[in-house]
Amino acid sequence: MEGVIFDVQRYAIHDGPGIRTNIYLKGCPLRCWWCQNPEGIEQKPQLMYFEFKCLHCHLCVDACPRNAIVIDENDIHRIRRDLCDGCGICSSKCPSNALKLVGRKVSVEMLVEEIKRDVLLYDASGGGVTFTGGEPFFQPEFLKEVLLACKELDIHTAVETSGFVSREVLKSLMKDINLFLHDIKLIREDEHRIYTGVSNSLILSNIRFLVDSGRRKDIIIRFPVIPTITDTDHNVDGIANFLADLKLEEIHLLPFHDVKEKYERLGMPYKMNIHDAPSQERLKEIKERFEDIGLKVVLYG
Amino acid sequence: MSISVEIQAQEKIEKEVKRRRSSIRPINERIARLREESVSAEVKISSERARLITEFYRSDMAKGKSIPVQRALAFKYLMENVSLPVEDGQLIVGLRGTGVKEVPTYPEICTHSMEDLEILDKRKNMPYKVDEETKLLYKKEIIPFWRGRAMRDIIFENLPKEWIDAYEAGVWTEFMEQRAPGHTAGGERIFRMGVLDIKEEIRRKMEELNPSDPEYYEKMEELKAMDIVADAILIYARRYADKLEKMAEEEKDPVRKQELEQMAEICRWVPAHAPRTFWEALQHYWFIHVGVTYETNPWDSFNPGRIDQHLYPFYKRDLEEGRLTREKAKELLQAFWLKFNNQPAVPKVGVTAEESFTYNDFSKLNVGGLREDGSDGVNELSYLILEVLEEMRTLQPNTAVLVSEKNPDHFLIRALKVVGPGFGEPPFFNFDGAIVKMLRQGKSLEDARKCGVSGCVETGAFGREAYILTGYFNLPKVLEITLNNGVDPRTGKKIGIETGDPRNFKSFEDLWNAFLKQLKYFMDIKMRGNDIIESLYAKYLPVPFLSLWIEDCVKRAKDYNSGGARYNTQYIQVVGLGTLTDSLAAIKYHVFDRGSFSMDYLLEALRRDFNGYELMREILRNPEKTPKFGNDDDYADEIAKRIVDSVVSIIESYPPSPVRRASRRAYFLPTTVHVYFGKVTGATPDGRKSGFPVSEGVSPVQGMDRRGIAAVFRSVAKCDWDKTGGALLNQKLTPDIFDSEDNIRKLAQLIRTFFRMGGHHVQFNVVSADLLREAQRRPQDFQDLMVRVAGYSDYFVNLPKGLQDEIIERTEHMAV
Repeated sequence: MEGVIFDVQRYAIHDGPGIRTNIYLKGCPLRCWWCQNPEGIEQKPQLMYFEFKCLHCHLCVDACPRNAIVIDENDIHRIRRDLCDGCGICSSKCPSNALKLVGRKVSVEMLVEEIKRDVLLYDASGGGVTFTGGEPFFQPEFLKEVLLACKELDIHTAVETSGFVSREVLKSLMKDINLFLHDIKLIREDEHRIYTGVSNSLILSNIRFLVDSGRRKDIIIRFPVIPTITDTDHNVDGIANFLADLKLEEIHLLPFHDVKEKYERLGMPYKMNIHDAPSQERLKEIKERFEDIGLKVVLYG
Repeated sequence: MSISVEIQAQEKIEKEVKRRRSSIRPINERIARLREESVSAEVKISSERARLITEFYRSDMAKGKSIPVQRALAFKYLMENVSLPVEDGQLIVGLRGTGVKEVPTYPEICTHSMEDLEILDKRKNMPYKVDEETKLLYKKEIIPFWRGRAMRDIIFENLPKEWIDAYEAGVWTEFMEQRAPGHTAGGERIFRMGVLDIKEEIRRKMEELNPSDPEYYEKMEELKAMDIVADAILIYARRYADKLEKMAEEEKDPVRKQELEQMAEICRWVPAHAPRTFWEALQHYWFIHVGVTYETNPWDSFNPGRIDQHLYPFYKRDLEEGRLTREKAKELLQAFWLKFNNQPAVPKVGVTAEESFTYNDFSKLNVGGLREDGSDGVNELSYLILEVLEEMRTLQPNTAVLVSEKNPDHFLIRALKVVGPGFGEPPFFNFDGAIVKMLRQGKSLEDARKCGVSGCVETGAFGREAYILTGYFNLPKVLEITLNNGVDPRTGKKIGIETGDPRNFKSFEDLWNAFLKQLKYFMDIKMRGNDIIESLYAKYLPVPFLSLWIEDCVKRAKDYNSGGARYNTQYIQVVGLGTLTDSLAAIKYHVFDRGSFSMDYLLEALRRDFNGYELMREILRNPEKTPKFGNDDDYADEIAKRIVDSVVSIIESYPPSPVRRASRRAYFLPTTVHVYFGKVTGATPDGRKSGFPVSEGVSPVQGMDRRGIAAVFRSVAKCDWDKTGGALLNQKLTPDIFDSEDNIRKLAQLIRTFFRMGGHHVQFNVVSADLLREAQRRPQDFQDLMVRVAGYSDYFVNLPKGLQDEIIERTEHMAV
């Protein structure tokens, strides 16, 4: 069994208890305007081009079997995304990593080997592995096998999810997941559709379902604070009310950062026209709003 | 960069600077004044010692005496005549030199030439001011008398040509060419014995000696010498007592007057008798420290070793009996702290300056670890000393936090909070691992538990071992010579042996075997040199005063430099593990496994310093295209492990040294020599350009570790450090890793895990590259910015540019 991942980060200290290894699974059913990891959206491998690293050696141009790399009159590389199939021949030839293929296939065994490398760190700190992405549930069979292998090894597992996952998949995987880092982005259905491309009804009902299944203590809500989109009073209030009803205990605030360059490097359109991170004052207000209903609030930088 | 981003970056730097400065908090106004005096004093050469020692050796006093007795009488002459500076308001007296940061010279060991003095006086980084009077004295008296008689001259005269060739090529440095053997720390003997007790030991030993013993004469002369130096330090202390009494008489301030009287009383008790109180213990140690550092200019000066263990009984008793408060103890410790800072390293020139380019003289105060009975050694003083370190922030002394499984997390976390604001101190050591190292070398369990780290990361059985460092060894240079079939391409001289034209190597094993052969050839020469130098020091430069304090010198009637210590070890400090590993990995991967290019092509690229081979160099410098040590990649890490195993087994294959019967061991540490070794080593197959620093300690090549700190720790821990005496790992962290209690706790868990995996040492620079670049641009505003260099910290703006750049290049690990 193979899955597609785009990164592995070790000594991760912000995504669950203790010291963790974060696994980034590639592919996501949502299309959030502000997505901070756009390289996780498409499941297929994608070529990223870092112009500042480019040596202009043109080895890539000669290497590409589909002639998908074109040099313009200013010696700038243009990638014909319509022609590129992500074979990675060019990036393997690129001496300076200006071309980088994001996304690689890994077997369950290989990934588990990678996870096991830091098992002593998990032991010492009460840490484990966190699956994030992309949307980890987007590769359910692969995720299930890795989760089972972790369980076998007594490794704590966390899944960071949008919650946009079928009940069936959730049911079959939930018992092997120790912690859910569960997003709530927008409480109004219409807004959710506009800014993420999907309805939030499944997402919210999944949270309820987890709570009803006795997993209330295993849920940490993550809320992306996106100026003018998610940080509106009505959205914050709506989410606060929803969480209060469910008696959830902890929420993480993840402030927006402008990642326009990432989209450019991937050749993907970027819809955000806001570039500033939320102000410290606004973050403080939101933090207090959630604290008022008795939530533990962690604010990330 | 937009303007707002620039302002943000500027704000970040200001914040970092503020955070660093805000933590300096001397306990009171007195200490603040003493600290200011200590930190701001200019470093000068003091000619007094050179003048006195020359007077002595020219006089009749030295005539007809054995060498040990001559040395002892010379020491006595010093103790009778040196100045007795007292820093205004100090609580501890005794100072090597004529005043704060006035550094004596040791012409009988290394006679500085007029040119040396000019360089020391004028050099931009780390000068030692030399006044005209001193220059004249050197010209007229010192140089004419000592030239040809100094240890340095004798050593170079006696070393074979092939040794000199390799030394000049930069295959190694020689630790004893300008400084005497040292690298030792005091044990409990210092704190339990008065000089009179030792004189009694000497007397009994003299009585025991039997003239039928073939070594009777040597032993008797050594004992006589020991007895003379014991008297000498008593004279020094008595002179201070007299002076303090006189000062008390003249003192107007009644509080200070009483203090001076008390200090005089203390000097009448110690070092003659074993100390009874905390204050006496500090003063007692300090007299011995001054004695050792006046006698010779030993490497790493000297240090009180496991200071929290030694001082704790005094502290506890004084507290119980109402003689002392925690605040008073802290004040005394801070005063004591400044004594170290007032004694900068002796002036070093030439290669010695290159290998250890710092005022830091490496006294290292150890805290934590285990007690002799194997129980947790952390006590209230361990914490108090961390507090002192945090508040004083001086260049010296250095510290070491010894971490055992039995120590509480709380202690480790407290120490990490000192690291947080960022000046590199304290470093962390695997104490349980150190015990394994000591046991492997044949020390008893009790002695092993008394071990600690001195210098940078050097493990030794404190108070009972002479573990002499003999010089740095440049591994990448040996590879360069191997790749040139015995020739040093920098000079065209053939200084190695022919191990075959690499173009004809059929496999990586052929290259590996050629490298080992070349390494063995050079190691043979180095070891022969070590033996010669050891014999010369044993003959010409006994150190009876140091010998008083190291077990079992008196018992054996043998000098420290002749094998009197209970344990004797000789170390070679191996440098460039990362560069060599990455170079071998690059060749194995690209030439032999993949056939990306031929050996011929690679050699040509190296010869041209990659000019015209830029794309190839990109690939060689790219951790995604070429396996690199430090990324938890077995391909490279296996090579590192193999290098460590092979280097250790080659070094340990030599029989014990002729005089001290010292076993041969390896350390992996660089001080600043990786910059010098880089200068003399051409381009290397890992993509390093000619002249650039090689990797330091056992750290990955600067900037090549891209998979985070956990991966670095795993890579490093794959090597078997228990076979070595220590291995230095530098890590640079971004300040955000210290942002919360929780993150600091995780860092503590990371360190524990690293040690559990077998790591020996780790130290952190918590400083952003941005801040360092800013300091390069505006050095005048960053005079007090201290960073971790190797096993010590130093003022960043004082470092030579190459070293500054190297520190900036190190990978910055951040939290993800």
